[in-house]
Amino acid sequence: MIMPYRSSVPLFWRMKKSKYGLIGTRCVTCNYLYFPPRPLCPKCRSKGKIEDFQFSGEGKIISFTIIRVPPEGFEKYTPYAVGMIKMKEGPLLEGQIVGDVNSVDIGQSVKTVFRRIYEDNSDGLIHYGLKWKIVS
Amino acid sequence: MERVAVVGVGMTKQDEHWNKSIRDLSVEAGGVALKDARLEGKDIQALFVGNMSAGRFVGQEHMAALAADQAGLLPIPATRCEAACASGSLAFRKAYLSILSGEYDIVMVGGTEKMTDIKGAGAISALMGAGDQEWESATGLTFTGLYAIMARAYMNKYGLTREELALVPVKNHKHGLNNPYAQFRYEVTVENVINSPLIADPLRLLDCSPLTDGSAAVILASEEAAKRFENPIWVLGSGQASDTLALHNRQSITEIASSQIAARIAYEKSGLKPDDIDVAEVHDCFSIEEILAYEDLGFAERGKGKDLLLNKDTYVGGRIPVNTDGGLKLGHPVGATGIKQIIEIARQLRGNSFNQVKDARIGLTHNIGGTGATALVHIFGKE
Repeated sequence: MIMPYRSSVPLFWRMKKSKYGLIGTRCVTCNYLYFPPRPLCPKCRSKGKIEDFQFSGEGKIISFTIIRVPPEGFEKYTPYAVGMIKMKEGPLLEGQIVGDVNSVDIGQSVKTVFRRIYEDNSDGLIHYGLKWKIVS
Repeated sequence: MERVAVVGVGMTKQDEHWNKSIRDLSVEAGGVALKDARLEGKDIQALFVGNMSAGRFVGQEHMAALAADQAGLLPIPATRCEAACASGSLAFRKAYLSILSGEYDIVMVGGTEKMTDIKGAGAISALMGAGDQEWESATGLTFTGLYAIMARAYMNKYGLTREELALVPVKNHKHGLNNPYAQFRYEVTVENVINSPLIADPLRLLDCSPLTDGSAAVILASEEAAKRFENPIWVLGSGQASDTLALHNRQSITEIASSQIAARIAYEKSGLKPDDIDVAEVHDCFSIEEILAYEDLGFAERGKGKDLLLNKDTYVGGRIPVNTDGGLKLGHPVGATGIKQIIEIARQLRGNSFNQVKDARIGLTHNIGGTGATALVHIFGKE
């Protein structure tokens, strides 16, 4: 989450399960899978029932970009590739792709890896999270 | 049904206004609109202000009250409307509905943004506030990056080439050449576009709307009140729709569903269809979005948007001229953009645009927030 000068630790602590553990949600009523997790199934609304679901961290690149002009906090990592990943379980998710930016292409298989994301401008808090690594 | 008309328009130049603050720009645009309508401040019963993020750009929230205060409009109700880059059109729709409700007869709608008081990276982060903070911003994405992902997916799916995509800025720069309000006034070639610096591959500098300071204002009147104005431009249809905030939750990333729904509502309300539109202002924040808009608004079939550029259909003189003032490429003060588009359509229908479409009678505006989580479409007519 990019909130320069404002980040506090609880902000990251409460996202531990989803952001670092890849635990999303599943609606028991319609069986639809959600990642990022949702507190409510928008298809079933009050008839839905949400429970945790463990995602595998495997997927395919369906599109990507290479960021050359970054937002605050990402200057020293530029250029970096960000892909739109179709997760094996179905949902799409944007994520940074590690390695040589020139090696990224549509259709490649990727899996999640734990990496440093950026440093907070204010107090030097280092933000970690999941990125994606090309496997084939 | 009761009708509502645009009876006055005014805007500042879209520029890096180093010598003017957001309050200066807001007051200036409102003053020009009042003068254009031959009204005075005391005639205005309510103020709606489209503003995306004065809080992030200049540290100022509570923008509508400030604008009413600085413009000498106190104590009328002043309401800020926010839907990222669609804030201006959202404010317009709220003002329109407030007149339809019967509450007011004459209302001012402004749009205002001051984007160059902070450094570029800060502005890029502020704009990214229109996306999903927890999951999109956290990847280091920018808005150029999100549209770049859409552009690459579209190019891969429909075979659009990099050179064909460049035809959007080529047309819009040509259109804006005589626009005294434009931030940039020069022509560009396909070669200029595809050799300009990469911002987020495959999008380059000349594919991107700039950071801009600017304000725009229009005055709306009820059907009864509009009788005393010479050249009213009627609102024939207004449509608004929402979609998932994040691009990753969409069914498709090569079209904007909210644009399609907002357009369908505006067409239905006006009893018009895409073929009836003589001139349109669409949200070309990045080159790819103008091509998506052609398709989402029904001007072209899915995947065929580029044909309108190759055939010069969307040039002035063509079948359906689009972005006759140069579009967002020549200035995108985000909260003001929706109002700026409406002003160009009003000029076209009044017959006094600096890039006039012959016999323009029906015009359309299309304004979206973020990657299309909000979309607004308005249709206007002379009668």
